[in-house]
This record gives sequence, structure tokens and C-alpha cells, in this order.
Amino acid sequence: MFIHIDNKTYTVKAGKNLLEACLTLDLDLPYFCWHPAMGSVGACRQCAVKVYKDENDMKGRLVMSCMETVTEGLRLSIEDKTAKAFREQVIEWLMTNHPHDCPVCDEGGACHLQDMTVMTGHDYRRYNYKKRTYTNQYLGPLINHEMNRCIQCYRCVRYYRDYAGGDDLNVFAAHNHVYFGREKDGVLQSPFSGNLSEVCPTGVFTDKTLKEHYTRKWDLTMAPSVCNHCSVGCNTIAAERYGQLRCMLNRYNGDVNGYFLCDRGRFGYEFVNSENRIKQALIRSRTNEAATESEIMEHVQSLISMSKVVGIGSPRASLESNFALMQLVGKENFYQGISEDEAHLNRLVVEMLRSGCVHSVSLKEIEQADAVLIIGEDIWNTAPMMALAVRQAVVKTAASQASQEIKIPVWLDSAIKELAQEEKGFLATLTIATSPIDDIATHSWHAAPDDLARLGFAIASYLQPGKIVNTDFSEALLDKAKKIGDALKKAKNPVVITGTSCYNDNVIKAAFDVAVALNTGERKTSFSCVMTECNSMGLAMMGSPSFSVANENIKTNGHATAVILENDVYKHIPSANADEFFNSCDHVIVLDALHNATTEKAQVLLPAATFADGDGTLVNNEGRAQRFFQVIPNTTSQVQESWRWLKKLQTLKLHTLNGHALHPDDLLREMETALPQFEGITNVSPKHDFTIHGEKIPREPHRYSGRTAILANKNVSEPKPFNDGDSPLSFTMEGYKGTPPSGVVPFFWSPGWNSVQSVNKYQEETNGALRGGNPGLQLFKNKSDARDLFFNDVPESFVVAKDRWLLLPKYDALGSGELSSYTAALKTLSPQPFASMSTGSLQALNAKDGDMLQIVDAGIMYGSLPVKADENVCDGVVLVTAGLRESMGMSWGTRVQIKK
Amino acid sequence: MAQFTEERLAKVKEIIARYPDGKQKSALLPVLHLAQEQFGWLSSETMDYVAGLLQIEPIEVYEVATFYSMYNLKPVGKYMFEVCQTGPCMVRGSEDIIEYIKQKLGIKVGETTADGLFTLKTVECLGACGYAPMMQLGKHYREHLTKEKVDAIIEECRRNAAANN
Ligand code: SF4
Ligand code: SF4
Ligand code: FES
Ligand code: FES
Repeated sequence: MFIHIDNKTYTVKAGKNLLEACLTLDLDLPYFCWHPAMGSVGACRQCAVKVYKDENDMKGRLVMSCMETVTEGLRLSIEDKTAKAFREQVIEWLMTNHPHDCPVCDEGGACHLQDMTVMTGHDYRRYNYKKRTYTNQYLGPLINHEMNRCIQCYRCVRYYRDYAGGDDLNVFAAHNHVYFGREKDGVLQSPFSGNLSEVCPTGVFTDKTLKEHYTRKWDLTMAPSVCNHCSVGCNTIAAERYGQLRCMLNRYNGDVNGYFLCDRGRFGYEFVNSENRIKQALIRSRTNEAATESEIMEHVQSLISMSKVVGIGSPRASLESNFALMQLVGKENFYQGISEDEAHLNRLVVEMLRSGCVHSVSLKEIEQADAVLIIGEDIWNTAPMMALAVRQAVVKTAASQASQEIKIPVWLDSAIKELAQEEKGFLATLTIATSPIDDIATHSWHAAPDDLARLGFAIASYLQPGKIVNTDFSEALLDKAKKIGDALKKAKNPVVITGTSCYNDNVIKAAFDVAVALNTGERKTSFSCVMTECNSMGLAMMGSPSFSVANENIKTNGHATAVILENDVYKHIPSANADEFFNSCDHVIVLDALHNATTEKAQVLLPAATFADGDGTLVNNEGRAQRFFQVIPNTTSQVQESWRWLKKLQTLKLHTLNGHALHPDDLLREMETALPQFEGITNVSPKHDFTIHGEKIPREPHRYSGRTAILANKNVSEPKPFNDGDSPLSFTMEGYKGTPPSGVVPFFWSPGWNSVQSVNKYQEETNGALRGGNPGLQLFKNKSDARDLFFNDVPESFVVAKDRWLLLPKYDALGSGELSSYTAALKTLSPQPFASMSTGSLQALNAKDGDMLQIVDAGIMYGSLPVKADENVCDGVVLVTAGLRESMGMSWGTRVQIKK
Repeated sequence: MAQFTEERLAKVKEIIARYPDGKQKSALLPVLHLAQEQFGWLSSETMDYVAGLLQIEPIEVYEVATFYSMYNLKPVGKYMFEVCQTGPCMVRGSEDIIEYIKQKLGIKVGETTADGLFTLKTVECLGACGYAPMMQLGKHYREHLTKEKVDAIIEECRRNAAANN
């Protein structure tokens, strides 16, 4: 439709509010309380404009642009004198209390309040009285609190409570003494608390980990990156200064994480700066351990030509690195570095998504689902941002349905809330134990994996009678199946979510069957399976055998040199098996970024890049290939991407052209040819030689400072910037200044918009896709001629055994990451290792809450753990905190013995 | 821990019953008034007790109780002077009145005299602008305030307090 803004005519999309319309048109209009993901409440009065009845109306009336819908032919003015004066006055009021000390505020330089103050033109204080002051609170190790900077926009509580479901942050008092905080000092409990630092338009809530090595936004070198800490693959911005990773910021991707990250993703970056990093290649047999690159290459070369070589890949290494290893050792000698149990599950997921029977769902689509069924996965703790998406689906479904009925626009937040009251969309969580997401579930049921699977199959069977043979379901189970099945049938966009973390293929098959059974003409059903690591999917798609197979082969054939890629084998398989493997190897060559149990075994150790010092591609659990880019220039150490090491070795081995330029594009092209399942992978991001008007895209903002001064003690002339031949990005502040293609946006910044709010300028419309489409490439296609895949393996009910317990992992949203545990702040928040069992199980063991128990599996004794009684764990099951040293290599999903 | 009297507890139940099931939070304001009536002010202990009665989180009670100026979050004196400081009263000299009370009682705004008799509070418009400057004392408005009137009011309070002792 057409509207007129300051006497110019524009086309805008119906249904938007005036503020969204103006921002979409790239016009500058100040605002505070409106947030694209949370809608409008009209609280701050900053977005005032004038609207006019018709072209003869000279007076007009002031309205809040975020509270009015666009209408055909509407006339509005941003530039009107009264409107401008009004907006300036709003800032003037806010400034009566806001401190004037931006130079010591962490928000400075990336502050929406600074931007709005400049934009409205307020510059002179007329108010002669004291500013009100507050006492700040201690909110834990992640978020800093400086209440004096508050401008009462209410975004923090709307985000924390309404959007993310937290209940320990609130607003107190009113007027000039309104206070946003906790009821008393204490750690913020939500695993999504970090987003407060981006949601708050001022410096009240800021990143406390950044404070440890603070840098202004304008002094950061930034690059588009992808989170390494779970299989969801949220898009991030990695930010560097002086060789150190300073912080992680959200990188908007309308299909994936939108405006937010979880705390593991935002704060789990410190491993990059860790003391435990491997910086120098070493050959262990030599006295002088440090070795030059050419020495190393020669030595490795001689090792790998001596005997058969096996390559052990990794679910946390990039596609490029895994593929380079496959090329080096040969396809038949390449193995996934995970247990057979896990590899089996991952293969199953690939088969399901590749079948094209059901749609592989994105986070954005989950947010829009009108019914969600979760079977077997505690997504709150294994894929936190997916849980946040499910929350939006559940909380907003009723609201959006109601709003359609009475025609209230979806962005009118408080009206919608009033309308929906406590009404929620349908969510059923069928998991092994309780999870915080149960709070918003219609049905929650906790049982052993096989019983969860049985309920899943019962639902599928209820939805499509006759499809499942051998149904001996109990009345009670059928009754549950009917309730859930009926609710799912009513939905138009149901989503079924499952995961590999209960190590049970029946669970995944049952979930898939429900999705297939639901996927009939009238509704579009989608499916998602959470996996364990950031590239579990990519590795699984390569279709290689598991580590267990490698181990068998080496045992039978003997004499092999193992090349292990970014993988702590001890994490995935029992230590005895790993020892056995290393003992049967002639030589062990390890590439990794951090020292761990596996690097101990290496005769040759090569320092590998992390996501921050290298380039690569990861495939998330949806099948979306996403590229991350180096942000720490590497000028001194030997650290380089594993794929680069491996590719160099390969060229040596094949005596191919030395000095051949290496960049991911070539590797990906070779990969596409060798492994057709990765078709299109070369198009995930612009190629390394991509330029705009002959210019690269700068990683540094135009205000980057100090680059001539930093090394002046050594040399007064500025050092040559690090040359990046791998990507279209440069390590300078010079280069193309406009909006780059969406996949290579290194930071959000726009004239007048220095804060994260500038993301509006990078979107096709507010809250829409990034210009040119959201980045990433979905590798699985829905097929209209999909082969009908359906599973019929209904397992027997779970039987409690007398002296054996089913061992399952219990994840923690902050604590379960191998890498995130290097962030001191996250470490203090992660749980101590413990086991939990039902009181029934404890009685059977003759143990009580707090006793120390030892898990014994196939002769392996694990360290003892305190046990907690938990009524929600079913009899016969023991849950152990996953991802900690104490639980490394446990054979999850098997029955183990327990000793007191 | 402080608890409601039987009689007040019955009243609480009656108030909760006015609202649909699961909406017991709606009873919060009147229940807080009952609590203030009985305990004089709302300590965090009292607010936690109310949260328990209504089955809501304590933080939800704090949110509401801190919002309204008529809930006392600190112990208050027997007589509370709530002097209006909004525009019309200000134009008619409320600032002088407040200043005068401060001096006379030796306390600042928000404080209570050592003998526990008087608390001085400033409030926003009480809808009696026609009689400005004014204040609320207990359930009554005291209007067209002057220094002399303030003296008389203080005297009257002291007398009443002595009589009741
Ligand atoms: S703390 Fe920040 S987000 Fe919350 S109301 Fe104040 S300015 Fe807004
Ligand atoms: S949900 Fe997963 S991918 Fe997203 S930020 Fe958290 S850990 Fe990273
Ligand atoms: S943005 Fe419109 S009133 Fe706050
Ligand atoms: S201004 Fe004092 S009563 Fe209205």
C-alpha cells in the first residue's frame, strides 16, 4: 500500500506499524521500547510522529508511530517541528537522570541512547537539580548491572520474563525511582540472560566477561562466525583486539537465532584465549620439542609413508578439515571420531532428513509452530536456542490466533497478551526427566527411552491406524497417545522434535513416524533431531564408519599410523578402548587446539585453529551449511586450520605443486565432486576473490584506532595488515563501506546507528530476512516424490533389571560444553558432577541421597559420584551429568553396574 | 513468623474467591492492605507470607508493593503526613509547607521522628487541587495548609497520642 511520509510517496507492507514502515524504508526515526522480536508497548514516547487527516490538514496530531498501523494513503511527518521537538524533549527528560559519563560506560560507542540523543538533537542540560542514583546489584559472573543508566524502557523485563520465561528479574517501584533488577543480589537464573546486554539500549546490563578485557566496539576486529557449542549453529560475531578474542555478539539470522544467543554460546568463547592452547607444533621423541613447519612436514610425511594411515574425523571440526583428512588418508581409511552407538543414531538422522518425507525445520519455523511434540530430548539443556524458539511457539500461538480473529496486529504486545491471557499453544514433552521447558507444556511425561518410544509409536499408530503392526500398547498408553494425537491433528504447522542424547534409536524412529503420520495433505509437518556437536551433522553426512570400526580394524590388521583431527577420543569412548587403540597404533599424529587426554598420546602434535583463528563450514542439525571466518590474524604462531595442515601434507605426499594456493573454496569444490551429498556447498558464502567495486569487506570499523601506535615501540611505521587470501574479508578498516552480502556481514553498523539496533538497516524489512536472503544453505531438500520412510520397530517396554541400571546423560545448558568450560564464569555456574536416581532405585541399591556411587561398565570403573534422589527419574535408570571430566567416555545408553 | 489473625485469614479467602481459579494473584492489592492494617508496614517477611498465601513468587509481590506509594515498605510513625507536591499544590506553596514540617519535626522526607509519632512523605496529586496546598493524614484530607495549621495539626496529634496511651 501507499503512504506519504514528509510529502514523499512510498510503498509499504500492510500490517506493519508506522515505526516499522519507516525503519524498513531506511528512514531514521528514534525509538526505545519497541523491539522487533517483542513488538510495541508505547512506553517510551520516543517514536512520536505527526499524522494528518488528509492533504488539507495542516495541523496534524502527534502519535506514537510504534502504536499505529499503516493505512492506505496515510500521511505522516517525521520532520514536523512539533514532532521533532517532542522527541528531543523525551531525551531531555531521560537525561535529567542519566549520568553524563559515557567515557567510563561499557555501552559507549555502541549505545542506542547515545545514538538517539544525537539523532534527536538534544545537547544542552536545562535541569539544575541532582540526578537520582541507585545501588547496583551483583547479578552473577556474566552480566554487569549499572542501574543509574536506566531510561525505563522496560525492554529488559519484557525480554527476560515474557520472551525468555525467566522469573528472577523484575521491575520494582515507579516514577523516578523505578528499579530493574532481582529481588536481591544473586546470579541471574536464566540461561538466556546474556541477551540483556543487547536488549537493553543503555549500559545497565552489559557483558561482564568483556569487562575483563574491555574494548570499544569501534576498536574491535570482527568477523561473521558460527557458534561451536551445540548442534543448533547460531550465527555469531566474533570480536578480536590485539590477538585476543574479546567477546561474542549476536549475528542476526532470520532463519536461525534471530536476535538472540544462549549464554553458553555468548560466553563460552574464552577457550580461544586459554593458556591450554597448543601454539607450537611438536615432535615428542625429540629433546628440543619445538619444530619448524618444514621439519614437522617432513617428519609427518615419513611417518605416514611408513605404514597404513587411518584418519579419525571430528564432529566439532569443520567440513573442510574432515574432508582434507579424508583426502589425505583415502576414503576407505577415514572414520568418524565417535562411538558406534552415536554414529548409528547420526546415520539414522541423515537417512530420515535425506528421505525428504518431512521438512527439516529451522528455528524460525519452530517459533511459528502451532503444536510441538518433543520426544526424548531435553532441548532446554542440549539446544537452548531451540527451547527458546519452542517457547515462542507455545506462548504466541494462542495470541496470534486470537489476534487474527479480532484483527489486532501481532506487534501490539500488551493487547495481545491481554487477549491471550494464560492461553498457550500445545506442547507435549516426553523426556527422561523434568526440564524447565515442562513449565509451559500441556503434557509432560517422564519415562525410560524405550517407553517414550512406545508412546511415540502409539501416537503414530493413532494418527494413521494400521501403519504400525504389532501394537500391544496398554490402555493407559493409548489414552495418552490419543490426547496428544488429537491435539497434533488440530494443528496446521506441527513440529516434532527429538534428539540423539538418550542414545536410543527407537526414540528417534518413533518421533519420525509421528511426523510422517501427521504429514498429510492438510498440514505441513516438520521434524528436527538435535545432535551432540556443532558439526555432528556434517560429519554424519560424509557417511564414514565410526571410531569403533577403526579400532577393530587396527586391532586385526595392526601397524597403522593414526591421524586424529580435533577430537578427544576419550570423550567419546571408554578410556580402556581408547588406550587399546593408541597401543595398537605405530604412530599417533594429533591436530587440535587445546591439550587434552588424546593430545597426550600424540607423537606429533600440530596446533589447530579454533573457529576464531580459522575459516570453515559447519552443518547444523537442520542440515544448514554455514560458514565461519577467521577473526584473529595469525602472524607469529604456527596455528593454522587443520585443513591447511592436512592439505599441505597431502600436496607433499602427492608431490603436487608446492606453494599451491590453498583456500576453502578449492577444498569445497573438491568435496562437492567427491561427495555429491554436499551439492551446493561451494555457494554457502561468496568466494575468496569476491570484491565489491574491487574492494574487500573490512573486518574493522571505519573508526578503528591505534593501529599505528600499538607497535610503535618496535617500529614507527605501521605494519602491513595480515593478508586474508581465504575470504572476501580483509583485516583492515579500508574497503567496501556499504552493506555486504548477508553471509559476510562482519558487524552491524550504519551511519547514526552505532549500536546493535543498526541491524534494522541490514534487513529487507524489520524482523525479516537479511538483505539478499538469510545466510546458510539447507542441504536437505523436501522432495515431492519422497520415498516413504517409516519405521516399525516398536521396542518392548523398559524392564527394571535387578543389578543393572540404564546409564543416560544429563545435560546442563551452561555446563555441558567441552569448550565452554574454559570460560571461568561459566565454569562457576555449571553443576558439580552427580548421579541422579529414583528413590526406588536407591532402595534397591541400599543407598541414600548424598552417598558416593561408582559406575562400573564392562570392567571399567569410573570415578565416584554423589547421588541425588530424584522422583522424576524412572526406576532402573541412572542419570549422570554429561560433559564433565568425570563422565568422559561413558557408554551412554547401556546398562551398567553401580557400586556403593 | 507473623501471621494473619483468623478473622483476616477468612477475609483473605473471601477475597481470593472473588476471582476465577488460578487468578488468585488478582487478590494481591486488597490482601496487602489487610497485611498493612495488621502489621503497620510491609516487611519482606510479610510480603513472602502473602506470596505463600496467594501461591505466587515473592518477586511478584515486591513488584506490586514497591509500585504503590501507599504501601509502607519501612516502619512508619503513628501519624503520617502525606503532603502533595504536584503542580497546583506547589504553586500554592507546598514546598514551604514541606520545608516547615521538616524543620519543625527535625526529619527529612521519608523519615520518622525518634518518638515514632510522625512520618513525613511527599505524594503526587490527591485530587484536591482546589484546596491546595494539602496533605492526607490517615483517612482525612487537611486542606489550605499554612504554617499555623501545620502547628495545630502536630499539636492535635501529640494530644491524641498522649490521650490514647
Ligand atoms: S534496564 Fe535497560 S532495558 Fe531495562 S528499562 Fe532500563 S534501559 Fe530499558
Ligand atoms: S543454542 Fe547452541 S548454537 Fe545457539 S548459542 Fe546456544 S550453544 Fe550456541
Ligand atoms: S518506541 Fe514507540 S513508544 Fe517507545
Ligand atoms: S496538586 Fe495537590 S491535590 Fe492536586
